[in-house]
Amino acid sequence: MPEMNIIQAINDCLRVEMQRDSRVVVLGEDVGNFGGVFRATVGLQQEFGPDRCMDTPLAENGIVGAAIGMALYGLRPVAEIQFADYVYPAFDQIVNELAKMRYRSGGEYSAPVVIRMPAGGGVRGGHYHSQSPEAVFIHTPGLQVVYPSTPADTKGLLASAIRGEDPVIFLEPKRLYRTAKGEVPAGDYTVPIGQARVVRRAAARSERSLTILAWGGMVPTALEAADKAAGMGYDIELIDLRTLLPFDIETIVQSVHKTGRAVIVHEAPRTCGFGAELAASIQERALLHLEAPILRVTGFDTPFPYTLESEYLPDRDRILDALEKVTTG
Amino acid sequence: MADGKASSKVGSGQLTCDSVEIWSDEDYARATGLVQILDENGHADPARLPHLPSEKLIRLYQGMLGSRLLDEQLMPLQRQGRIGHYFEARGQEAGFIAGAEAIEKTDYFVQGLREGAAAVYRGLPLGKYLAQILGTAHDASRGRQMPCHVGAAAIHHISTSSCVASQIPHAVGIAWAAKIRKEPTVALGFFGDGATSEDDFHAGLNFAAVYQAPVVFVCQNNQWAISTPVAAQTRSETLAVKGLAYAVPSLRVDGNDVLAMYATIKAAVDAARAGHGPTFIEAVTYRLGAHSSADDPARYRDGHEDAIWQKRDPLLRFGRWLAERNILDSTAQAAARARITDAIRAAIAAEEAVGPPPTASLFEDVFARPTWLLEEQKAGLRNSG
Repeated sequence: MPEMNIIQAINDCLRVEMQRDSRVVVLGEDVGNFGGVFRATVGLQQEFGPDRCMDTPLAENGIVGAAIGMALYGLRPVAEIQFADYVYPAFDQIVNELAKMRYRSGGEYSAPVVIRMPAGGGVRGGHYHSQSPEAVFIHTPGLQVVYPSTPADTKGLLASAIRGEDPVIFLEPKRLYRTAKGEVPAGDYTVPIGQARVVRRAAARSERSLTILAWGGMVPTALEAADKAAGMGYDIELIDLRTLLPFDIETIVQSVHKTGRAVIVHEAPRTCGFGAELAASIQERALLHLEAPILRVTGFDTPFPYTLESEYLPDRDRILDALEKVTTG
Repeated sequence: MADGKASSKVGSGQLTCDSVEIWSDEDYARATGLVQILDENGHADPARLPHLPSEKLIRLYQGMLGSRLLDEQLMPLQRQGRIGHYFEARGQEAGFIAGAEAIEKTDYFVQGLREGAAAVYRGLPLGKYLAQILGTAHDASRGRQMPCHVGAAAIHHISTSSCVASQIPHAVGIAWAAKIRKEPTVALGFFGDGATSEDDFHAGLNFAAVYQAPVVFVCQNNQWAISTPVAAQTRSETLAVKGLAYAVPSLRVDGNDVLAMYATIKAAVDAARAGHGPTFIEAVTYRLGAHSSADDPARYRDGHEDAIWQKRDPLLRFGRWLAERNILDSTAQAAARARITDAIRAAIAAEEAVGPPPTASLFEDVFARPTWLLEEQKAGLRNSG
């Protein structure tokens, strides 16, 4: 099995999907001749031609709006928005159009568009290159939202997104693009949307057992904290949600039933972040299994900063602090 | 526009722009002039008449009349509280009925706010159209959109979006996809004068030009975006000139002249199908009614303007010409009016009796298959049957 980083996994996935289905087209800014600013689409225009991998003018609303039209006509567009922070000119097209095509037509039309966007901080990008906007898309009925953290999951989930019947917001943790490496199955490979991955298992309920929920760029950070905590006597189950909408409630609740505690880690701001929804959903189903309040370790309710980026982003020690809080008391 | 014209400066390294002619004096004249075949008095220049057999001319008239009569019956329905809102097309029928006639069944009609009756013209059963407006269980989208947002896959009709101009990139994407698939499909996209200020208009025209997509844009310039007159919308000389900057051939046409609109749209559609890319048509027309059933135009425009445009009514003008040419005399026109009125009345009665869609239908069509979240919420309905 070849080892890849996330960029290579995306490129490999797009190539495989474009080979299997002539309806799959790639469009976006700089994605063609140049291969994308992160190089995720390198070689695709050369291999499939300028009608399958298209450089667009700089207009995110135009990219998403045209992709919707293409999908209405029967194509399977994969649009790249260069940074998730740049998506807002396309916000109306995504929220009011893309997400609603199936519903507003009673299923006569659908728009199975995949919108890929590099998201999250940790690359010294300031707030125009670092935000993690998953919550706004999760809050829009009609969109599936995926946020993987490993090369294999990225390939498998992107393939599922492209083959699926619904629009997918595909957030890519840009800080892990080249640092996360792993074996990726060659050729045809899918990971089902809607299933979480248990990264690390807890043995049983104890005074130091707990579940950490994380996704995207926070998964390696959470794992680092979990590994450290294990040495301190904690028994931690780490769940990588992978798909945020629809999230895998069964895996989450099962885990909380076992461990009795939950800490949610995300880099987006705390208030109305997706952690709030998870906390509410857990307490609806597992309140009497909980030994402690559910805690969130998140970005702050500030714009994403440049110089103080590492103070803003949840790190190992902030997560360890939360683990201590939910196990003492 | 030849592809090469504007591209000679790309990557040349030179500081100054070549004096390439992006548009000629003729292009500018078309974008600022006015194509008219049938004048306000119902007189037409015989040499410029489009080639349309009598039955097609009669069909055009009946299509425009049908739209007018729908307005006449549906606006009172709103006043009686039987539908939530209504958006009249009164005065603007020529452009979209001409457009509906000018395209093929396989082509796509992407409507703006007031072109819904084009769907009926292109084969959507009247009952289905009314089901959308009444929001009944028979509506394809099961009452999920406010009135006048009809869509129908069987006839390649795409619903408008209330957000103004959002549908323009969709029309471009459809046309672009057809070009990629090497299929002879054309997209015809409608929008209003206010839409020309929106980002989606500019991105749409630019993408269409860059990719030479087979799309025809028709801007129904009805002079008013709710209360904002065109003069407050733009400092441009006309709306059509905006297309020239994108190297999209652009024309200004008398939007109340169904023959000019048909001839212009047909030529643009033929050109798009032949691989010559997009065209932008500004149809100069007038909204005889209010913006919507919730609007009162007396607060922002005077009756003087209305009186001028009443005389330019596209239906009166075309009817007069058809009668003079003995294609459809006034008796036949009156008979058509009575017949269509009865048909609409009967169809409304039949559709109103259908009633609303089942509550559980709320949860369908959000996704291809409902998520557990939707299943859970549906199961929690108080009357989930």
